[in-house]
Amino acid sequence: MSEALFEFLCRMGDNTLILGHRVSEWCGHAPVLEEDIALANTALDLLGQTQMWLGYAAEVQGEGKTADDLAFLRDAWDFRNVLLCELPNGDFGRTLMRQFLFDAFNVTVLGYLQNSKDRRVAEIAEKAAKEAAYHVERSADTVVGLGDGTEESHARMQAALDYLWPYVGEMFDSDAVDLALCESGIAPDPKSLRAEYDALVQRVMAEATLTIPEDPFHHTGGRTGRMHTEHLGHILCTMQWLQRAYPGATW
Amino acid sequence: MRPEVAQIWAWLDTVPDPEIPVISLVDLGIIRDVAYEGETCVVTVTPTYSGCPATRIINLDIDTALRGHGLSQIELRQQLSPAWTTDWLSDKGRAKLEEYGIAPPQPAGGPARCPRCQSTHVEKLSQFGSTPCKAQWRCTDCLEPFDYFKCI
Ligand SMILES: [Zn+2]
Repeated sequence: MSEALFEFLCRMGDNTLILGHRVSEWCGHAPVLEEDIALANTALDLLGQTQMWLGYAAEVQGEGKTADDLAFLRDAWDFRNVLLCELPNGDFGRTLMRQFLFDAFNVTVLGYLQNSKDRRVAEIAEKAAKEAAYHVERSADTVVGLGDGTEESHARMQAALDYLWPYVGEMFDSDAVDLALCESGIAPDPKSLRAEYDALVQRVMAEATLTIPEDPFHHTGGRTGRMHTEHLGHILCTMQWLQRAYPGATW
Repeated sequence: MRPEVAQIWAWLDTVPDPEIPVISLVDLGIIRDVAYEGETCVVTVTPTYSGCPATRIINLDIDTALRGHGLSQIELRQQLSPAWTTDWLSDKGRAKLEEYGIAPPQPAGGPARCPRCQSTHVEKLSQFGSTPCKAQWRCTDCLEPFDYFKCI
């Protein structure tokens, strides 16, 4: 069980780590100051959640490592984030669309994880759920504002949704790891969350006057580590550079 | 002679929050417990936001303050559950926030009034602000922007 639990904790922590890093790339570049601050704060929350998930993952692994070791010293094939989290930011609209598609998942799964039979998982979820609820409120508002906005903002948001939608399905894939955790009452089967997620996303997209693509195809390979996109290696180059160049460096 | 637990709470109530120095760590509601385990004084602290960069400074400030009062065996313990809520802000803390120009949290999800001119005509600028615990609002009467302590 501890191997499956480790895998699950890496999936949770790598999602927030990689997305948090992506969002932090906006720092100093957002269209207006308020949005810049909002994006930086979102990234900060995601990194805080990463510390909790990967901190526990390192304990479960039992090799004396820390959250930092897992974040900065693993290579691309050991990362377990869904592909959605590593996709490039694109324009502001695409970044917020990606954020909403992830927030809606995060808030849903965290709701169930608060009742996990693993006490630590439940505690982390309880903390993270409050932040995720705040995030989804903002990202949903922005998706509606831009989707149901000007002709240009609408077109950009529809393009963002068309581009990102084939990456949504991966969040609801399940494999042997998920089934093991589900059987032991630690985490829900992701597949079982899809209807709730779709209801939320459909409601927001309808309000945003955006059309969800019909093609059911989705990309896979991130949460299993089988094949990440070419983008992950580039993120790690930037994110891990300091620890790679100066091993063990601390503040 | 080790100091009483009530005395330690009183000392902690003089340690300012590093980001909003008008309120104390006790006002903020993040000190969850003070107790002795043997001769060690155990202070249980909960983070406001999981990624709040002030967490380390807060721990250092607690340690420094208690050492300044002569304690030497101190242990700081982090507790995640129950998760911090702005319901734990003290009434004294709420009043001090408003006096300082930060609108205190309201269950309705927005500030009750402008902390500067008391007008109830206010609008949201951003759901986030200068620190993880704040959002940005503006008064539509005096036109001044102000921080609002997010209600979570
Ligand atoms: Zn005013």
